[in-house]
Amino acid sequence: MALAKRIIPCLDVDKGRVVKGVQFVDIRDAGDPVEVARRYNSEGADEITFLDITATHEGRDTIVHVVEQVAGEIFIPLTVGGGIRTVDDVRMMLNAGADKVAINSAAVANPDFVREAAEKFGNQCIVVAIDAKQVESNTKEPRWEIFTHGGRKPTGIDAIEWSKKMVSYGAGELLVTSMDNDGVKNGFDLPLTRTISDNVAVPVIASGGVGNLDHLVDGVNEGHADAVLAASIFHFAEYSIGEAKRHMAEKNIEVRL
Amino acid sequence: MTTSITVAVIDYGMGNLHSVAKALEHANSFAKVQVTSDKQLIANADRVLLPGVGSMRDCMGEMQRLDLIDTIKHAAANKPFMGICIGMQALMTHSTENDGVNCLDIIQGEVERFADDLHDPLTSNADNRLKIPHMGWNQVNQQIKHPLWKNIPQNQRFYFVHSYFVVPQTPEPIAGSTQYGHPVCVALAQENIFATQFHPEKSSDSGLQLFSNFIDWDGTYSS
Repeated sequence: MALAKRIIPCLDVDKGRVVKGVQFVDIRDAGDPVEVARRYNSEGADEITFLDITATHEGRDTIVHVVEQVAGEIFIPLTVGGGIRTVDDVRMMLNAGADKVAINSAAVANPDFVREAAEKFGNQCIVVAIDAKQVESNTKEPRWEIFTHGGRKPTGIDAIEWSKKMVSYGAGELLVTSMDNDGVKNGFDLPLTRTISDNVAVPVIASGGVGNLDHLVDGVNEGHADAVLAASIFHFAEYSIGEAKRHMAEKNIEVRL
Repeated sequence: MTTSITVAVIDYGMGNLHSVAKALEHANSFAKVQVTSDKQLIANADRVLLPGVGSMRDCMGEMQRLDLIDTIKHAAANKPFMGICIGMQALMTHSTENDGVNCLDIIQGEVERFADDLHDPLTSNADNRLKIPHMGWNQVNQQIKHPLWKNIPQNQRFYFVHSYFVVPQTPEPIAGSTQYGHPVCVALAQENIFATQFHPEKSSDSGLQLFSNFIDWDGTYSS
């Protein structure tokens, strides 16, 4: 009897529609996030994450309606990330039915925002997204830095130190994405994930780079992740969430079947 | 003929209660769910549910500020009553959170924090350190037969997120337990009261079944 490692499908949402192409055969409207969320829930997803990539401010109201609709009929934890910059943004998402918000670049721009949000709404609903890239190191140990703007802009901040700082500021969970591996499908950056996970007390979600089910297994066993997040392998119906869980169970990883 | 059953979900400013209300309605379409801090509505409801997220000091502080303590105690003494997460912990005598907070003292016992150096004794891995909060889906071992466990398999998984847990003074009220570094009491039953550390409103079908059982429950239970 033990806590299960979580599998979290992530939906990239632009103006209220799932992007990156979703190809479920028996879904009426493949771009409807509510239908996709429904499907993932019935397949046994442990949580669902929505990443709002809508660029314009006007388009952002739509994610609120998506969350409201999903929260009204799917009873598993929901996380919303993308463009969360103020306490009002957090409140709006939680009121819409999100259980957690993921704070990304706003944490880099203003670390006190994380503290403020955690004090106001509780650590349990504040996820800090750590977007990191490997950089030159003066020692034998690898080194990673925080990058913003989709991995284009270096900040000079050490990713491990930053992770510890965000937990001390009240992050209840860390979402660790390798900007080197994101979209490449070669698997998570395991040393990065493991180094962060071993250095913080809170759960760590591994993200970025999943191309097959063994990558999920490695994320847990080698990366010491408490949860694994993936987008495209589930979107394109290469694998169902049930298949992913059965594969992990075969490798003796505790999952919710 | 089915008459509708009113369920008061106590709104004392501790987190968003949308999903609790929606899940109750989903579990039983005849349930009339009211999210409220109105004393009269709570007193008149057929079922009362005390939810909550956040810290114990804020939780007890808000109950006092809204003058709800007597209303909650009265409901907990008289009708099917359910506490969830901090709403379960608030039923105990005292919590060590926020340097110590006196709670409702409806069920005798303490609320304690998981130790910082929590380890999983059941695995021989070098990496057996456990994270805090206890977050995710863990198995619930039903320690007693109870109407609220109806149609829920033994060791079913439910969704948890918490850093504090209840330690009842005597084992009698323990209705369910899980394993997280050590056995942890995660469900309590005492007369017309049932309480869970996990979140039924986030536990998919098992959670909805538990809510359905709560709405169907007449509040009778003898250990």
